[in-house]
Amino acid sequence: MSEEIVIGLEVHIQLMTKSKIFCQCSTDYIGKKPNTNVCPVCLGLPGSLPVLNKKVLEFAIRTALALNCKINRASIFHRKNYFYPDLPKAYQISQYDSPLGVNGYMEIFIPESDEKRKIGITRVHIEEDAGKLIHEGDIATSSYSLVDYNRCGIPLAEIVTEPELRSPEEARIFLIKLRNLVQHLEVCDGNMEEGSLRCDANVSVRDIQTGNLGTKTEIKNMNSFRAVKKALQFEVDRQKELLAEGVKIVQETRHWDESKNITLSMRSKEEAHDYRYFPEPDLLPLRVSQEMIEEVRKTLPELPEVRKERFIKIYNIPEYDAEILTSSKALGDYYEKAASLYPDKKVVSNWIMGELMRFLKEEKIEIEDSPISPENLIEMLKLMDERIISGKMAKDIFETMFKTGKGARQIIKESGVTQITDENELIKIVDKIIKENPKSVEDFNQGKEKAINYLVGQVMRSTKGRAKPDFVFEAIKQRMKKIR
Amino acid sequence: MTLHKLSAHDVIDLFKKKKVTAYEIIQDIYDRIDKVDGLVKAFLILNREDAFKQAKEIDIKFKNGEEPLPLAGIAVAIKDIIATKKIETTCGSKILKGFRPPYNATVIDKLREAGAIIIGKTNMDEFAMGSSTENSAFGPTKNPWDLERVPGGSSGGSAAAVAADEAFIALGTDTGGSVRQPASFCGVVGLKPTYGRVSRYGLIAYASSLDQIGPITKDVVDCALTMNIIAGHDNKDSTSADLEVPDYLSSCQEGIENIKIGVPKEYFVKGIDIEVKDAINKALRVFEELGAKIEEVSLPHTEYSLPTYYLIATAEASSNLARYDGVQYGYRVEDCKDLSSMYERTRSEGFGKEVKRRIMLGTYALSSGYYDAYYLKAQKVRTLIREDFSKAFNKYDILVTPTSPTPAFKLNEKIADPLTMYLSDIYTIPVNLAGIPAISLNCGYNKNNLPIGLQIIGKPFKEETILRVAYNFEQNCEIEKRRPEISSIKDKENAE
Ligand SMILES: [Zn+2]
Repeated sequence: MSEEIVIGLEVHIQLMTKSKIFCQCSTDYIGKKPNTNVCPVCLGLPGSLPVLNKKVLEFAIRTALALNCKINRASIFHRKNYFYPDLPKAYQISQYDSPLGVNGYMEIFIPESDEKRKIGITRVHIEEDAGKLIHEGDIATSSYSLVDYNRCGIPLAEIVTEPELRSPEEARIFLIKLRNLVQHLEVCDGNMEEGSLRCDANVSVRDIQTGNLGTKTEIKNMNSFRAVKKALQFEVDRQKELLAEGVKIVQETRHWDESKNITLSMRSKEEAHDYRYFPEPDLLPLRVSQEMIEEVRKTLPELPEVRKERFIKIYNIPEYDAEILTSSKALGDYYEKAASLYPDKKVVSNWIMGELMRFLKEEKIEIEDSPISPENLIEMLKLMDERIISGKMAKDIFETMFKTGKGARQIIKESGVTQITDENELIKIVDKIIKENPKSVEDFNQGKEKAINYLVGQVMRSTKGRAKPDFVFEAIKQRMKKIR
Repeated sequence: MTLHKLSAHDVIDLFKKKKVTAYEIIQDIYDRIDKVDGLVKAFLILNREDAFKQAKEIDIKFKNGEEPLPLAGIAVAIKDIIATKKIETTCGSKILKGFRPPYNATVIDKLREAGAIIIGKTNMDEFAMGSSTENSAFGPTKNPWDLERVPGGSSGGSAAAVAADEAFIALGTDTGGSVRQPASFCGVVGLKPTYGRVSRYGLIAYASSLDQIGPITKDVVDCALTMNIIAGHDNKDSTSADLEVPDYLSSCQEGIENIKIGVPKEYFVKGIDIEVKDAINKALRVFEELGAKIEEVSLPHTEYSLPTYYLIATAEASSNLARYDGVQYGYRVEDCKDLSSMYERTRSEGFGKEVKRRIMLGTYALSSGYYDAYYLKAQKVRTLIREDFSKAFNKYDILVTPTSPTPAFKLNEKIADPLTMYLSDIYTIPVNLAGIPAISLNCGYNKNNLPIGLQIIGKPFKEETILRVAYNFEQNCEIEKRRPEISSIKDKENAE
């Protein structure tokens, strides 16, 4: 039997508004003392009422527009009823049959098959986040639970895709691209480890001959891009094996266990909640005017696709480079800063995509926290141009820069070798270099002033950067004039 | 002194003329409570210390030449479903015993800013579910007119407190008649404002799309006075209407010549007490004499009101009351083996019978597979009921009906039969479903000296019209002003 993998994603992003979705508490809850970032509304105290934060609507519209969704002019909030201690009202205010945005798509590029795929976005809707349970040790063995409500009421946008992803790798690519998008939009910081971007997936296997769609399972608790790929691969393999053995797949929710690298059954369809959705009577229907949509559209920042095209055009770099450099907002910003300080844009992109990204990856550091600033990178490139350092030296210096956060010039200075201050000694070296490079002298005599730079570089090189470059420059210039 | 017998506006006049102090008013009220509440049991908790402290502050400010506040020194009783900061708020339920909200409802802040003094929290049917106050977890309240009878409900404690002169003003809440029906049973004035007229912030929800806070007072002027304070937009309640609030006191002063009154024929069929019917007919003659035009009108979907209400209200309640799970506050059964047994036992032990009945009914109505047939259908019928009223209001300014089919019934008379109990709200429920305002006021007594209530229903946000009509009736009806004789019964008991 030949099968096709069918994956759909449900992604929750925490919207970075200043205050929570239905009250005035701050959204800056991480690291705060438990239950200090709360008020009667987000605690769901009896008698309290929600009032929608208009900014949340704006952020959600921005997200939906960037995902090419149609914005519903009237949508309503529903109550999703279920009991859990982290849900203080015992219902979540969410959207159900009339979400804010519908029928969108996002394009992804699959390097393996070298093709572009349009992944449908079923819906984008707004809802509130719940609190967190804290256990001593493990949830299974702890004798009690503590509840921290600080996260209650953090605004979320839920993004649901059509079941159009065809492999775990495609799901990973989609998710990375989505994160990049919401970061560009400045609606979410996209941090999967901290839970500001969370992903659940529906997985099934389709028989290509019959076209019959297999029973799907829902996979939860994937806390990194890597985990998404691993969990989905595990689940796909599990389902294929069962099918090969002729075992029926059970519709259920499964939990990814990161430590064991397996998915485990959480609850079956029969145990599934009946959420008893009904329209939230405490909130008026959400009306979005055409003006508001246009207003938000106008404030949409440059999206990654557009930025990529601009990089190709303005910086004259290959599409491959532009694709990678715009794969995260921070990386694109880094490149643009560096490129603005240096004439050869391709050299900049080579260094960033080569050395810098390799070091970052090895040390698991995000580009935002790169120890080498764009300014320092460019300083180093200029020292190379000035022939003060060679390409080979540059790689060593780069490593030191990465480890210490210091600039190249400073590193050279501190490299333990003091500068040569004896001018007679320097002039001797200058004379020697001039003698060794008759071609440069000739160039200079033919009016190529730049030839001096090469000679300065040679002096710096032979002194291992210990010479004073400006003194050397002047000395060479005078000598050359004499020769001319 | 017998200050407690006066209306709020009379007491305010005395205060402004410096004939009484706020402290004396509060002292007199608590003396009265101490004397009669052992019999009436209107209050669940008293706010004595804080009330005297507030009274002293008001007196000092007034002495120092500050302008008197509109409700300076007026003793107000609050139904125990309205959140009061640091004062226990139980909703008449064991599950909220000991719960002290860290915040005030918007109406409480408004009342206090107006100089009113919160003297205590009044008894009620648990979570406002009931029509007799017998569903309180803390025992029933008695009707001051006849201690063997119920005060109505669910705001029975508030209505009884005002009728027994234990408070000048009380706040109740009205989801299906819970202000008007007890007001009628206790012979006082009760107003349910238009949905959205008074902020619900701090009103602990029973059925969010129907709940409204309303005043219970001794006369129509006091009702208008209270509405002047509590009505208006609140940005903490998304469903509160951002509309200007008229001066209800001055609108009372106009006449009612040529006002067009519709009398819904569906309200005068089977089940109505003959004495109630007579009293309403007499009242209609009074309106006629005052120059009003009276005609019969049909509200054809009236018969569906009760089932519609019991689907929508219970559905919302099943969700609103889910938060009482023992996790954060209120009652919790300890020594549970796991989470689900904690939920199950806490809720089984914490809620009373009627609350559990309605939670189950509402849960069922919202369940997948049943939603369309019950909840959704009820919403459609609700629209039809609302349209009945708007059609009637195309032709009439107000509608006049009885408030309840009978006067106050006896304790334990209906508690075992929920359906009969539900019928006592049959004239008030359609008004909540339509979200429109209505007032109940006394229009006479039956042969057992029990008050009978008249309901005046108005157009949305036209509280001023129903207050005006009610005021004109009150001034011209020539009904003898009787007061319940609680002490004589006490004497009688003492004598026995
Ligand atoms: Zn809050």
